[in-house]
Amino acid sequence: MAVDTAGRIAPPRTAFYNDPAIRGLLYQALVVFVVVGFFYWLVANAITNLKAQGKTFGFDFLWNTAGFDVSFKLIPYDRASTYFDVFLVGLTNTLFVAVIAIVISTVLGFILGIARLSKNWLVANIAAVYVEVSRNIPLLLQLFIWYFAVLKVMPPVKQSYNFGDLVFLNGRGLFVPTPVFDGRFVWVVIGFLLAVVAVIVLRNWARQRLEATGQRFPVFWTSVALLIGVTALAYLVSGTHVGLNVPVLGGFNFKGGFAAPPELTALIFGLSLYHATFIGENVRAGIEAVSHGQTEAAQSLGLKDNDRLRLVIIPQAMRVIIPPTTSEYLSCTKNSTLGAAIAFPELASVFSGTALNQAGRAIEIVGMTMAVYLTFSLVTSFLMNIYNARVALVER
Amino acid sequence: MTDLLYVRDSEAPKLPPPQRTTGITYWLRTNLFSSVSNTILTIVTALFLLWLLPLVYNFLIGRAVFTGTMDDCRAETFGACWVFVGARLNIMFYGFYPATEAWRPNTVFLIGLALVIPLLMPRAPYKIANFIAFFVVYPVIAVVLLMGGVLGLEAVPTDKWGGLMLTLILSVVGVIGSFPIGIVLALGRRSKLPIIKTLSILTIELWRAVPLITVLFMASVMLPLFVPNGVTIDKVLRAMVGITIFYGAYMAETIRGGLQALPRGQYEAASALGLNYWKSTLFIILPQALRYVIPGIVGNFISLVKDTSLVAVIALFDLINAINLAGSDAEWASPTKAFTGYAFAILIFFVLCFSLSRYAKYMEDRLNTGHKR
Repeated sequence: MAVDTAGRIAPPRTAFYNDPAIRGLLYQALVVFVVVGFFYWLVANAITNLKAQGKTFGFDFLWNTAGFDVSFKLIPYDRASTYFDVFLVGLTNTLFVAVIAIVISTVLGFILGIARLSKNWLVANIAAVYVEVSRNIPLLLQLFIWYFAVLKVMPPVKQSYNFGDLVFLNGRGLFVPTPVFDGRFVWVVIGFLLAVVAVIVLRNWARQRLEATGQRFPVFWTSVALLIGVTALAYLVSGTHVGLNVPVLGGFNFKGGFAAPPELTALIFGLSLYHATFIGENVRAGIEAVSHGQTEAAQSLGLKDNDRLRLVIIPQAMRVIIPPTTSEYLSCTKNSTLGAAIAFPELASVFSGTALNQAGRAIEIVGMTMAVYLTFSLVTSFLMNIYNARVALVER
Repeated sequence: MTDLLYVRDSEAPKLPPPQRTTGITYWLRTNLFSSVSNTILTIVTALFLLWLLPLVYNFLIGRAVFTGTMDDCRAETFGACWVFVGARLNIMFYGFYPATEAWRPNTVFLIGLALVIPLLMPRAPYKIANFIAFFVVYPVIAVVLLMGGVLGLEAVPTDKWGGLMLTLILSVVGVIGSFPIGIVLALGRRSKLPIIKTLSILTIELWRAVPLITVLFMASVMLPLFVPNGVTIDKVLRAMVGITIFYGAYMAETIRGGLQALPRGQYEAASALGLNYWKSTLFIILPQALRYVIPGIVGNFISLVKDTSLVAVIALFDLINAINLAGSDAEWASPTKAFTGYAFAILIFFVLCFSLSRYAKYMEDRLNTGHKR
């Protein structure tokens, strides 16, 4: 086929500075120039300032003795420990608080979310009022209330609030018992793990049988029986004894058990109750997001009530609930830095507060602290991307 | 011909009348006592409320001390000590701002209110003029009035600022500052130029990953190291810089949501009209995209208002820290002083944030024209 080129007009020549590609390059070169120049200026200033103050830059200070004690620690630490140990203590404390607060706020959040959707008018409205009030008050104010107005004015040790001779609450903090395991307890753990494996095998078998023959098997109750039964059997057969290390009043303070100082208790209460409201709203939004048509479709397929929940409603609600809840977990971890305001020794308080004041290495210490939170955030978003890819709606 | 298998020849038995579907008994039965478990739940919650509400009432009003001196407060072991709030209202509202100059923050506050309210009302006219007045002219007026030192006004250094005034100043500065930063970063993240896109993503993700407290620590201890020797940056200004950049990154992600929600046709229509990037962005894309995300933006403002309280950790006296300070003297000691001060702060923050969140809800409903069940 002949190509007709007669009628073609050459495109008008534009000046090179009007060519979008060249313009793009120019803009980017300009931005790079400005950014590099800005950073150069910052670094140059920092070098001059450090020299003027007689300081150096480097991470060698991490192996110097810190020389101060920390009020709450989960790993060995004393005055002779180094700044790196301070960092580790701060990190473990942050993780400790974050994990506990996340667990409690998830449980409370699900309760709140379901309560807000309850058909019981009183329950739904109390949950709504609680959510609205707690969401609209700064977390710091809630921490101050727990710390200064509730826990700090608790009675002295001798007049502790006593919960069944197990848990004690007083001005020194919250005292809870800890379980004590002996050597033979390992058999109970093994028994439990075996039961878990058995449950997984059973589930697969039951599903295959359901698909092949259409016959149902009561998986849930069998699983519960297996988990409890095998574990209990292992407990009895191994002859292990699980004791409780109960806090006992001795002298001026409680001995034994786990002692949570008021700072820790206030931080955990504050974080859990605050973030529970946000998780509750996620749960509510997720359940409401499953359209009513899904319920009707499931009913017309003849699914039973709990099959409908398990197979239709919950999987779709979870897709909406999990992403914002994960970012809530992340923000709960970040908000544990508010412990700095009530002197709980988590990372921001003990490392970028106390250690920074003593060592004076502002750039290194703040940089390390930020790197830790950056890592948390990157790991979370990495896991989230995997999850989103798995549950994303498969569309044409 | 049809096969009639069955023809009724007598009247069916009368059914009982349908249950009432109106009235208070029906409402109670369906909402509170629909089943046994529901009834138990109702009774338990009602008992809880019967325990809680009298406590709250007695604390706030019933046994509270409204008039008198601190001695009256010290005698009262349960009720709130409003005398304390009344006597220390100045420090809670203005920090160390000279009492004779209190009219200046008041004026700034009233002007701000007069500009913000029409800006938030969708129907109010002169939006663009109003926008410029709030985002450009108002900051200048506010700085002149608050700082003083010109036009015969007595100079008030920023270390005298505090209380509710500082909380509101930080919030408004954060709002005014983070908005343009957010727009620029969001546009940068959507840009086709790889370097600009990468830089925007890095900036946004870095700031969103770190907690505000570390940002404030950074602003207060690291920033002085990065400016030329001899230049000192005001402490309040450092907090403002930290909060503004931090919330700029959050704002960017909210605005990006709006940019992404805009149908492609709008972008294509703008190019088809021959508009260049800036014209299409300014006149076609942003006005629509921003309207989509007004609820999200207001949500960000709510967190910003709450997070201004964190400046307490770098020793600034915002509302909450000012309340701590106001009660720190032994002279003000009383059994319920701490609770009373915090109850006052709760009231202020709740009114502020709750009205903002109602506004966000209202805008959401206005924009939500889809089907709802």
